[in-house]
Amino acid sequence: MAETLLSVGLDVGTTTTQMIVSRLTVENKASGFSVPEMEIADREILYKGKVHFTPLSGEKLVDKEGIRALVEQEYKNAGITREQVDTGAVIITGETSRKENARTVLDALSEYAGEFVVATAGPDLESILAARGAGAIAYSEQTGKTVLHMDIGGGTSNLCLIREGKIIATGCLNIGGRLLKRDKTGKITYRSPVLSFMGELSTEEEIAHLAEQMAQALEMAAGLRPAGELLTRFATEEVTTPWLIPKETLVISFSGGVADCIETDHPPLIFGDIGPALGKAIRESALCRGEYILGKETIRATVIGAGCYSTLLSGSTVFYRNVQFPLKNLPVAEFAPGISYEETVVLSIAGEERFSYDRVRQLASQIVQQVKGNIYVALQADAAKALGQSLCLLLPPERTICCIDRVKLTPDSFLDIGAPVGPALPVVVKTLILSQ
Amino acid sequence: MNKEELRALVAELLKEEPVEPMVKGSDYKPTDPGPEPKDTHFGDGDFVPDVSELDLRKLYLTETAANKDGFSRLKLRTPARLGSGRAGPRYKTLTMLRFRADHAAAQDAVFSELPEDFGEKNGLISVKTRCENKDMYLTRPDFGRCFDEENAAVIRSQLPQKPKVQIVIGDGLSSAAILHNAMDCARAIQDGLKIQGIDTGKTLLVRYCRVGAGDAVGDITGCELVCVLVGERPGLVTDKSMSVYITYKPHTGVSESSRTVVSNIHDGGTPAPEAGAHVAELIGKILQKKVSGVGLHLEG
Repeated sequence: MAETLLSVGLDVGTTTTQMIVSRLTVENKASGFSVPEMEIADREILYKGKVHFTPLSGEKLVDKEGIRALVEQEYKNAGITREQVDTGAVIITGETSRKENARTVLDALSEYAGEFVVATAGPDLESILAARGAGAIAYSEQTGKTVLHMDIGGGTSNLCLIREGKIIATGCLNIGGRLLKRDKTGKITYRSPVLSFMGELSTEEEIAHLAEQMAQALEMAAGLRPAGELLTRFATEEVTTPWLIPKETLVISFSGGVADCIETDHPPLIFGDIGPALGKAIRESALCRGEYILGKETIRATVIGAGCYSTLLSGSTVFYRNVQFPLKNLPVAEFAPGISYEETVVLSIAGEERFSYDRVRQLASQIVQQVKGNIYVALQADAAKALGQSLCLLLPPERTICCIDRVKLTPDSFLDIGAPVGPALPVVVKTLILSQ
Repeated sequence: MNKEELRALVAELLKEEPVEPMVKGSDYKPTDPGPEPKDTHFGDGDFVPDVSELDLRKLYLTETAANKDGFSRLKLRTPARLGSGRAGPRYKTLTMLRFRADHAAAQDAVFSELPEDFGEKNGLISVKTRCENKDMYLTRPDFGRCFDEENAAVIRSQLPQKPKVQIVIGDGLSSAAILHNAMDCARAIQDGLKIQGIDTGKTLLVRYCRVGAGDAVGDITGCELVCVLVGERPGLVTDKSMSVYITYKPHTGVSESSRTVVSNIHDGGTPAPEAGAHVAELIGKILQKKVSGVGLHLEG
């Protein structure tokens, strides 16, 4: 008894905008004699759209109408309508996320794309989605190796350190192929403000030097070169935690548009940017002297991550009452006894592994005392249905309750919850950091 | 051949050189000097570590592993006794001790009884089936499914007639499972049913109970549905796993295929309170469809 979800991924990047459509198959993997355990058993990509240039209006704005028209055309090409789309994510990444109207464009797109297509941004999530889309996380899980995935796009390089399939750290550097644009004659037509610390950039030598500096900063991030000032100069301001340089031997994995320039030598001006130069600098750096892999997907890694891997499933024994799905942008707060929660939040309860029924009831009465509005709870342990039931007995029937489990949330994240799939609920955990 | 000749023949044979045995004890020299006995630092009266406390998923004993980390990673996914190494052709002492400890725990779970006051402490009505003791329980499954007149009278007088749902806690093949999970699960079922407007009344505790005892409870009370919480036959992975059997319109002779079961209720499987909440919802569905077991699956 498999159910399917039609999922859309949309990546609005520094340079390119892409869309994919995939089908997620949800199956119960438990036997008929136990409590169901739903999981996403298969992810099939049904449609890969073209790689479009991101429509911009001038330097500071994203062309809202242009993107909308592009998405409309892609929906037509894929043969789908907004009503058919069950889930998915729109992610705005790299330099585009710094545009003044990034937030409004993102919200409008997610609304246009489907009822439960969530809006996301932020380098942490982007790093994870790219690593998943490129297959780096699966590679690490299968081989047990420690992998440092680098998604090198137009404006930023997203880093993701993975140990035995587990994400250890994410990071982001202002390193990309389109921080400098050139015309057919080689003249510089655009220079990103993040390169202000570099000196004159016009000759081939100066451009090659810039590419080498970028490759060196990546070497530093991988622990292949003693960390220096370069690393701080290329650091992005949106990253919340500083990048911890890994000390062990790593397999380096590449995706993003520049990854296609690492093994293939392209003419320097073919894309009108410094992608080929950066690819060459990486090829000749220490990054490619050890064990390295090119992602299963390169330029499409992030969009495939957004389309196939942003939706997760909650545990299969959950509780909800009076809920209008989808729930969007619920901020996460760690639950602590004694605090009263005035605003609408998802209370995250992690750390406890085993709940006795007495503990469940105690927790329910604490929550009832501390939360006056709608009650949303996400537990890490398998106890949501029992907790929801206990809450239900303590509250008048008009109060909204939604308890999910087997979800681990970090305090700065946001949660979206979609309409039920069998006994489980689809959830998207996201960060929403736009620099303004 | 007469007696004399025979005696002479035996004497002749005994005079010959004895046959050289192929391996002599005194010649045996182990090729490998073997480990030095370790100083265990244990003195008289000290406790040695409890082998049953070790997490089997993390215990990897093969000394000559080609890829220890890889194997250890796979091992985390199964409680099976893999990667246990060997001492010559045999198990290592630790593996052998742990196996025997787990086996003993499984046997204990079968042979031990619930504490005398379990029913009273938890507000249950206590009865027993026709079995007089564990031996009879194990050798006469049929006696574990019915009650004598005395116990039937207790059920009749203490429980309401024709309740919608009767919950039964059955102490049978694993007292450890019942002790550990039954009350957490039963209370979650009761609360879950309360939400649906179903009052469950008193819960029955049946000693020496087989799943079929619920059918006899159905005969006596005329309940619409019986829900039996019973310990699973213990294995070497856990001795605390419990199942819940739900039967719609239970009566003696009801077909086994008409039971809906939720199994694997223990800390490592579905936790008891969560299983209880799930069972409550399942009971609601069964009462609505008026069918349990295979029929419910066919209903979809």
